[in-house]
Amino acid sequence: MSMAQQAEPAVNTPPAPGPHQTDGRTARRPLALRLLARPEVGVFLGAVAVMVFFLFAAPPVRDGSSMANILYQSSVIGIMALPVALLMIGGEFDLSAGVAVVASALTAAMLSYQLTLNVWMGVIVALAVSLGVGAFNGWMLVRTGLPSFLVTLGTFLILQGVNLAVTKLVTGNVATDSIGDMDGFDQAKAIFASSFEVAGVQVKITVVWWLVFAALATWVLLRTKYGNWVFAVGGNKDSARAVGVPVTFTKISLFMLVGFGAWFVGMHNLFSFNTVQSGEGVGQELIYIAAAVIGGCLLTGGAGSAIGPVFGAFMFGMVQQGIVYAGWNPDWFKAFLGVMLLGAVLINLWVQRTATRR
Amino acid sequence: MDRSSHIRLRRVAPFVAVAAAAALTLAGCSSGSGGKKAEEGGADASAGKADTPRMTVALVTHQAPGDTFWDIVRKGAEAAAAKDNVKLVYSSDPNAGSQATLVQNAIDQKVDGIAVTLAKPDALKDVIAKAEAAGIPVVGLNSGLSDWKDLGLLEFFGQDESVAGEAFGKKLNEVGAKNAVCVIHEQGNVGLTQRCDGVKETFEGETQILNVNGTDMPSVKSTITAKLKQDSSIDYVVTLGAPFAPTAVQSVGDAGSEAKVATFDLNKDLTKAIDAGDIEFAVDQQPYLQGYLAVDGLWLYKNNGNYSGGGEQPVLTGPAFVDKSNVEAVSEYAAKGTR
Repeated sequence: MSMAQQAEPAVNTPPAPGPHQTDGRTARRPLALRLLARPEVGVFLGAVAVMVFFLFAAPPVRDGSSMANILYQSSVIGIMALPVALLMIGGEFDLSAGVAVVASALTAAMLSYQLTLNVWMGVIVALAVSLGVGAFNGWMLVRTGLPSFLVTLGTFLILQGVNLAVTKLVTGNVATDSIGDMDGFDQAKAIFASSFEVAGVQVKITVVWWLVFAALATWVLLRTKYGNWVFAVGGNKDSARAVGVPVTFTKISLFMLVGFGAWFVGMHNLFSFNTVQSGEGVGQELIYIAAAVIGGCLLTGGAGSAIGPVFGAFMFGMVQQGIVYAGWNPDWFKAFLGVMLLGAVLINLWVQRTATRR
Repeated sequence: MDRSSHIRLRRVAPFVAVAAAAALTLAGCSSGSGGKKAEEGGADASAGKADTPRMTVALVTHQAPGDTFWDIVRKGAEAAAAKDNVKLVYSSDPNAGSQATLVQNAIDQKVDGIAVTLAKPDALKDVIAKAEAAGIPVVGLNSGLSDWKDLGLLEFFGQDESVAGEAFGKKLNEVGAKNAVCVIHEQGNVGLTQRCDGVKETFEGETQILNVNGTDMPSVKSTITAKLKQDSSIDYVVTLGAPFAPTAVQSVGDAGSEAKVATFDLNKDLTKAIDAGDIEFAVDQQPYLQGYLAVDGLWLYKNNGNYSGGGEQPVLTGPAFVDKSNVEAVSEYAAKGTR
């Protein structure tokens, strides 16, 4: 508003010849360059580069069902990368995100099986537990003022131990019992782990959820008051508090959002594989964080988008599966993965540098 | 500020949820099929209890947490300990250096015997020598078949991974496989690599290797799918751990492939899948037996001076094949988590 008022005297002056007369210092740069300067465009081009590369290097990738498979892998990473990215924009990160997925799946599986309940009961309690873990992380962080690295590392270790110990205590084994034949399983599977056909290609439902969540996150981030709060607490917590942003609420809710993501992916794992091994999930947190960072979210907070991590996750899925589709020597698998990801991030960086250079 | 009320609400929320869950349960939200109620309880294998003096045995493995395989090893060890009046001290660490520290810890506790896995024999060499110097008998189990004698261990219980792989390869010939992919769920693991090498040795068709991220099932699934798409002539998927076999079956479906699935190691879901014909066969190294015999071997040595394997030969616990013809006999024990 105030900007418009300041600009008013300019309107009253006689119209200048030519549509965009300026003094040269504030010249509007071409639309393409302005677009390229956006962080998600860099990662988009990186993802496109990787995709084009594999379309040439790996013939099977050209098949529709292969693309569906790559999108599936990307979606399972991407659904978690979204809340992780929002949290990162809010200035924090969560090392417990990987094992939290498994914790949620274990909760749902054990509760339903041991008490012989409809699996929906397990699903609902697992949601409460996941949100609770997120709330604990956030509450601990706000209360103690410790860095999120320490708080969530603690939660990571606690969850890892609890996952194993409680599963062993309850089931007598380190994996849960199959719940595939229980009431409610088919409904839950339809929501969390089904697939549908598009032009003869089987597409997993997680891909749809991923895009829906991404759209939702983008809307929240750009169009709501809460979105502003997220950017504000990530930029400068104290100034944010000074202008009336509820910092505590924002931080805790962001961690709970990660809890929600962990619940969702955990339910996908459970309903697509019927059982869960309690040792899984370790190391996944870094992949989520990587997808968010590749997607243009700053590790220091205050900047980023929800669409960037979508391309970040896609890039990760594309590279991981592309290497296999290309049939390269599997001994080099992880090395290829690292090199391709670094390469893609460098393209991303180069695009942004070029676009913002004067 | 209303900060505290926010927090109080959140702290209470999980309890409310649990209470609601309990209430709904009473309201009849139970499952009509499956679940614990459908499972029958069975007595554990038990052979009375020895009246020999109480002794302490340490079992130190390279287990990564939460793996079904190691859980079965531990159950075997616990069963033998209960029978032999042994106090079992179990510890594990996948990092070889840390595992050596755990063995040192057992020596410091002055245990009466140590059973150890030799996934990385060189890292354990010194500490095993220390145990022997302290007069503590040490036996090996599971991995280290080629090194146990050099390290001066008393006995060894396990499966030769190469021999198991070779047996697997022969079985693949029998069932008429042409092109098999061997799925390694932990890149760089010596035992897993030996299994694939063994398969390659005897299998007359083509053997390919595929590395997957074993801690993330969705990624295992999509990577196997990708491989099946990349080479549509693959007719057998070989997984190296029981939990990965059912996932491979899903991948085969996703890829629209005709490939069959066979696996190393066994668990309770797998026996059901073999029975249903989803999985062709499993080669079982009988981890329960490894844990059981290692503890029992130490007990026999202490109380009767016996050497299992005569002190010269390893005691082999595998490879035992489980397929549709004998799965029924095994499934009862697999359901209890002991096979």
